[in-house]
Amino acid sequence: MRVLVLFAHPAQRKSSINTAMAASATELEGVTFVDLYAEYPRFSIDVDREQRRLMEHDVILFQFPVFWYSTPALLKQWQDLVLEYGFAYGPQGKKLAGKHTMACVTTGGGISDYTEDGGNRRVFEQFLYPLEQTATLCGMEYLPPFILYSANHLAEEAAQLHIRSYPRLLTALRDDRFDIPALRLLPTFGSFNLPDLVRD
Amino acid sequence: MEGLAFYALCYLAAAVLAVIVSQRIGLGSVVGYIAAGVLIGPVFQISVAGSGYLEQFSEFGIVMMLFLIGLEIDPQMVWRLRDKLLGLGGLQVVATIAAVTAAGVGLGFSWQQSLLFGFVAALSSTAIVLQTLEEKGLLRSDGGQASFAVLLFQDLAVIPMLACIPLIAGSGLGSSSGHGGAAFLAELPGWASAILTLAAVGVVVAAAHFLSRPVFRTIALLGLREVFTAAALLVVVGITVLMSAVGLSPALGAFLGGVVLANSEFKHELQNDIEPFKGLLLGLFFMTIGAKIDPDILLANWLTVAAATFCLIIIKALVLLPLAWFFNVRGPAGWLFTLGLAQAGEFGFVLLTIGGDRGLLSPPTVSVSVLIITFSMVLTPLLFALSNRIVVMLDRRGGHRRNADQPDQGTIILAGVGRFGQIVNRMLLANGHKPVVLDYRADVVDNVRKFGVKSFFGDAGRPDLLDSAGLAHAVLLIVAIDDPDRATEIVSYARRSNPGIQIIVRAYDRLHHYKLVDAGADHIVREMFDGSVQAAGMALEALGMHPYEVEKRKTVFVDQDIAGLARMATLVESDTPAVNNPDFIAGFNDIGKVIENAMMGYRSGYDEMVTRGWNAPDAASIHVPSDTHPRRTARKSE
Repeated sequence: MRVLVLFAHPAQRKSSINTAMAASATELEGVTFVDLYAEYPRFSIDVDREQRRLMEHDVILFQFPVFWYSTPALLKQWQDLVLEYGFAYGPQGKKLAGKHTMACVTTGGGISDYTEDGGNRRVFEQFLYPLEQTATLCGMEYLPPFILYSANHLAEEAAQLHIRSYPRLLTALRDDRFDIPALRLLPTFGSFNLPDLVRD
Repeated sequence: MEGLAFYALCYLAAAVLAVIVSQRIGLGSVVGYIAAGVLIGPVFQISVAGSGYLEQFSEFGIVMMLFLIGLEIDPQMVWRLRDKLLGLGGLQVVATIAAVTAAGVGLGFSWQQSLLFGFVAALSSTAIVLQTLEEKGLLRSDGGQASFAVLLFQDLAVIPMLACIPLIAGSGLGSSSGHGGAAFLAELPGWASAILTLAAVGVVVAAAHFLSRPVFRTIALLGLREVFTAAALLVVVGITVLMSAVGLSPALGAFLGGVVLANSEFKHELQNDIEPFKGLLLGLFFMTIGAKIDPDILLANWLTVAAATFCLIIIKALVLLPLAWFFNVRGPAGWLFTLGLAQAGEFGFVLLTIGGDRGLLSPPTVSVSVLIITFSMVLTPLLFALSNRIVVMLDRRGGHRRNADQPDQGTIILAGVGRFGQIVNRMLLANGHKPVVLDYRADVVDNVRKFGVKSFFGDAGRPDLLDSAGLAHAVLLIVAIDDPDRATEIVSYARRSNPGIQIIVRAYDRLHHYKLVDAGADHIVREMFDGSVQAAGMALEALGMHPYEVEKRKTVFVDQDIAGLARMATLVESDTPAVNNPDFIAGFNDIGKVIENAMMGYRSGYDEMVTRGWNAPDAASIHVPSDTHPRRTARKSE
């Protein structure tokens, strides 16, 4: 499958995990990597170009750190402008139908915060419901998100594991070695799930 | 009336024609006016009848020029240039006077006549030199600044010279001063005339200081433009009449009046009002000089004229060169200074005319001297070309290195720290980058250095300076100078000698943009574009448009303009001016029809682009035209 990564991170000098992930994704052949904040520093998104990009790929990955239970502002701007009526939805729309989307996110809170009894009072995937419903409305399949919890206070080893897993995930999607039916059964997944999902 | 109209026609036609031709071939307007005078006088014999009257009239040009010089005296600038002004300028004037006077006496002239020749020779042509320096962009270079200081001193030195001529001529020799004369003063005893003279000067200073402000303010409040002009002329004419009455030089009085008024808030209005009169009357003055040239005298004395012109230039250069060296104006700057100032100037005509009136010189001597001055002025462009030549030769021998700094090497080179480069520099510094800064204005370099920036004096257009700033290993070159041609040269040289370097450059306009693309620039900033878009955005906001809507419209406009810029690149031909290139014009008109549509009133394309986002599925039916948007009222309730 043709893989498109839309990376949205407004403070790249601070983040080492997301930028390391992004750096490894940039080097992959056959994977289109887009740094949205670099291409549209003034939020003036080239809608035609973004729509063309979407048409040219089969899997669209949104890579971002979660801010206030949502996407960074530019990624929301991207959704508002690019997923137009008549292109992404509406009677003449549905140009994206049949594609897959996936969110690759890092969170500040730990997995225990994202429980019914935790500080955030909900499991994490519920916060991505707008993204999921957007994909569904556009006729795309929304795959379970690839998550790294507690990204701000993580042991070096765990961080490295996640960073290493990312290109593995991307190449598996690219080469159709990713077990999508198995993934569908999970609510979310992390680097520890990859051995079960990727056929080498 | 018919006669007057005819004279006006001849003078104006000759002036317009000759000045245009003279400017075109780089001789400047003064030479053009003299040529016009030659056409009117010796060639067509038109001027004979009215010339005496016109001559008197045209002397107001000199008075006005000194008034304007007085107005221009800026104490701060004088203070900044004080070393060069007093030292370089003073020594130049004194040494030239001494040398020429000695030569004159040696040739058998009386000491009075020789001294007058010395005065004439000591002055250079402010008009021609300043204009040439400005045209060549050298006015703010070291050589240019030194020349400016010396010219300023010369302009000031004219005043005592004017005062001296009657003294050295001796009162008995004076035939008629042409100003209506000190007739009634002559009847008074010496002590009374001295008191009267001092009183007149006091009147000028006091009136300029105390009376001018309320009078000018009253006139300004009336709002009658022409009355203000009349008042400005009244000041000059009044000073002239008063000074003539007590036997002082009107030019001196006008200069004093100008200096006193230099601090007035009406300074610029006065300048603007007097300037065209000064220009025309000075032109007339030069024309009367040209009209008086006698071709017979030229033919009879051509060898004398040629030899004297040559000697004049040599003597002036021999005085200037060592002085320049002594005052640390060396290398290319020194040669520019020396050869640029080696001609005689327009004030020489004034001095000669007065000397002739006072009977100090015979009319043929005046004519020959006028010819010498004229030829030395005509030769000025050649002298500038010669200095250029010498600089090139020095370059080849590497002899100029004493003058320009030897810059440190750096990874970022910033060429030019004027209004544009300063901002670039500040922002780079604020973000921890230290560029190597090059500028050809020594004072700017000194100022930037005070802020701890590595900055170096030298012309960034010179390849060797860029090389020693580390061009070969630099990662980034920012060309922030305001001279388009030089900027293009720098870019192409940098691209050739370091293919991998990133080049950001300031473009003068659209066409310069294309030249820079060809030269190999990576990023081009049109110097006025962003600021103008900001202003347009503010205008839309002021007209009631929502700020975010304005932001979007600005973005689309800029994107469209840049897209059009790229589309039109193929249409530009380097040797055809844009206005003669139909393809380019067509392309320009086509530039995203969008923007044009917007200007024509139906904003379909542009509006569609701007309003593309955030529309509800059936947006068409509920679209509110932006003109009738209820934003103004909404905003008031905030």
